[in-house]
Amino acid sequence: MTGVLILIPIALGLGLMGLAAFFWAVRSGQFEDPDGAASRILMDDDDRPAA
Amino acid sequence: MSKQPAFASELETSILAVPGAHCAGCMSKIERGLAALPQVISARVNLTSRMVTVVHDPALDEGQIVAELARIGFEAQRRPREVAKPFSAVKPLLGPLAVAGFAMMNVMLLSVSIWSGADGSTRELFHWISAAIALPAVAYAGQPFFRSAWGALKHGRTNMDVPISIGVIIACALSVYETMTGGRHAWFDGALMLLAILLAGRVLDAMMRDRARAGVDALLSQAAQGALVVNEGGALEWVAAEALQPGMVMRVAAGERLAADGYIRTGASRFDQSLLTGETRPIACVQGDKVLAGTLNLDAPVDVEVSHAGQNTALAEIARLMEASSQNRSRYVRIADRASRLYAPAVHTLAALSVLGWLIAGASLYQALVIGVAVLIITCPCALGLAVPVAQVVASGSLLKAGIMVKDGSAIERLASVDRALLDKTGTLTLGRPVPDAAALDAMSEEEAAVALALASHSRHPLSRALADALMQRGVKPAVVAAVREEAGVGLRGMLDGKAVALRRPESASSMGVALAIAGKPTRLIPFADRLRDDALAALADLNRLGISASILSGDNADAVAQVARETGLTGQAGASPAEKQAAIARLQRAGHKVLMVGDGLNDGPALAAADASMAPGSASDVGMQAADMVFVQPSLASLPRAIRAARRTMAVVRQNFALAIGYNVLAVPLAIAGYVTPLIAALAMSLSSLIVVANSLRLMRAAR
Repeated sequence: MTGVLILIPIALGLGLMGLAAFFWAVRSGQFEDPDGAASRILMDDDDRPAA
Repeated sequence: MSKQPAFASELETSILAVPGAHCAGCMSKIERGLAALPQVISARVNLTSRMVTVVHDPALDEGQIVAELARIGFEAQRRPREVAKPFSAVKPLLGPLAVAGFAMMNVMLLSVSIWSGADGSTRELFHWISAAIALPAVAYAGQPFFRSAWGALKHGRTNMDVPISIGVIIACALSVYETMTGGRHAWFDGALMLLAILLAGRVLDAMMRDRARAGVDALLSQAAQGALVVNEGGALEWVAAEALQPGMVMRVAAGERLAADGYIRTGASRFDQSLLTGETRPIACVQGDKVLAGTLNLDAPVDVEVSHAGQNTALAEIARLMEASSQNRSRYVRIADRASRLYAPAVHTLAALSVLGWLIAGASLYQALVIGVAVLIITCPCALGLAVPVAQVVASGSLLKAGIMVKDGSAIERLASVDRALLDKTGTLTLGRPVPDAAALDAMSEEEAAVALALASHSRHPLSRALADALMQRGVKPAVVAAVREEAGVGLRGMLDGKAVALRRPESASSMGVALAIAGKPTRLIPFADRLRDDALAALADLNRLGISASILSGDNADAVAQVARETGLTGQAGASPAEKQAAIARLQRAGHKVLMVGDGLNDGPALAAADASMAPGSASDVGMQAADMVFVQPSLASLPRAIRAARRTMAVVRQNFALAIGYNVLAVPLAIAGYVTPLIAALAMSLSSLIVVANSLRLMRAAR
């Protein structure tokens, strides 16, 4: 029973983190261009992040 | 791909449509090419909507970006500035789906331990935690269903969302009661699973529609409609169509479409009105003649004084007709809603009867109510809710791969039932553009072909472009012709090894064509004609086999229609105005036919909107594409029978899905009425029936082959 009391909050917390990450992704436009994201991985550009 | 913006406040953002971008290579070419310009801060392509967003210095105007894109090899079009971000049905559903999925998984974890024997205080604790997760989740994720159900109830109707909402709410209410009284069964997992599965179906449905709409949007000429206006001092300025005022003078180059109605002030040319009236023969207009918005200037640049602009053009009448007929169509009731009209009352009566039955049989009110609720939950139309959308999603995906874009979910249902097809001639049965006569091209010598290509490639004139395309397709290499000059309305001339060569308008202007003159050789005439689409005859025969009789409904003159009617063996009506086309469809509908209209022109718009189902080719006018339910991008007419076959197959699968869902109810409901259903059985039955329906729908993956 004590184990459950620790494990359940952990499980819920992890789930909530995933949910929060998903909402962040939707809000920051990660789902605007699914086709482009799928193709971008194929681009050979050697683009480093802008300094 | 980004440089540090120097003065962020002074930057301008332009969004351009690039319909040609379709792969990773195109994206990187465009982005790198534009970023190479010193004034461009960043460029990013959105491949889904085929658009590029460019952040740049205001010193660079959109025209220059378009020119740069053309240099890189992509045709780009300016968009009207105020275009709002396209509405997407997916986004508002993603949040609820994520919440329902998250809550379902967590509650299910707790439920599994209860099913496997957790007892006493553990079970109670788990029920309370489940309630804490499930209630807010249902309140949030159920909103799309609650709203739609409430909307339907308010108007005294019912749709599929009504039984879903009632089932979910009652399941939650009973579970809360059970939790508070320390009961054995809570149904939170079932309610959440129902929501998650149904939301997944809807998200898929919306995604498919978004994709089809993006495809159509990319085809629409998003060129902000407008014209070059000649100012007082003779300076030229580009003015958007909405800003054109009567009295302004537009300079319309050969190959451009008119943005407003007007009178020719200087110059003379021929105009192609086929999009407006279906008439293929170009109309010659001289100074003082009236020309209409939407027609294509074929020969020479003219100055046109605007008489009507914007909503007052001849196009507006067509738009009004269309609006009236699309209201007609919104009365169509989708098969899922028809099913729920029968289903919802039946289920609710059944639940009420079981409560009554158990009460009469001597059960306590609590027991009877629990059983009634169990009946409601087990009959909650999980599989029924998926039966239509999943089949349609899979079928439209398959159609999309075959080059047919389905714009509206109910289009497949409507298309499956058509038994009569009306086809526009110009641009639908035929290609809608003049093509050089193949025999004349065959007869040309290699040198003649090379010279013709060299000259034709210098002009934007429609005939020159058609000739250049045809010659290039034959693998002709252009000759080196020097000093090429285009004389508007006459043709092109140049020099080949000291000999004068010319590609010009033939002296006898009786038929469409061009004359190729090489000094010292006889002049060669290349006639042009519109021709039938590839496989038109095979496709029409195919339609016949499907039990659909087709005929021609054209705005073109009787001679042109008669010729195509002879070639295809169809009957036809010629010279039909937009309103007459609409009337022809109404006549057939009154006679009990379900009519498919296939057309491309502005003049087909009202008919496309009025027909039971409609299709337009990818070369259609914007109005045609927007009015049609489906757009096919392949040059072949074989898309027609293919789409109808796929639609009929889809409806067969939908009917099977209904049978499966009802069969599941026939098995499960007696269990529920007898009082044997526990949350475990409900969860198993619900997911199993949904899986079966999804699996059955996946057979449609090859529906459009």
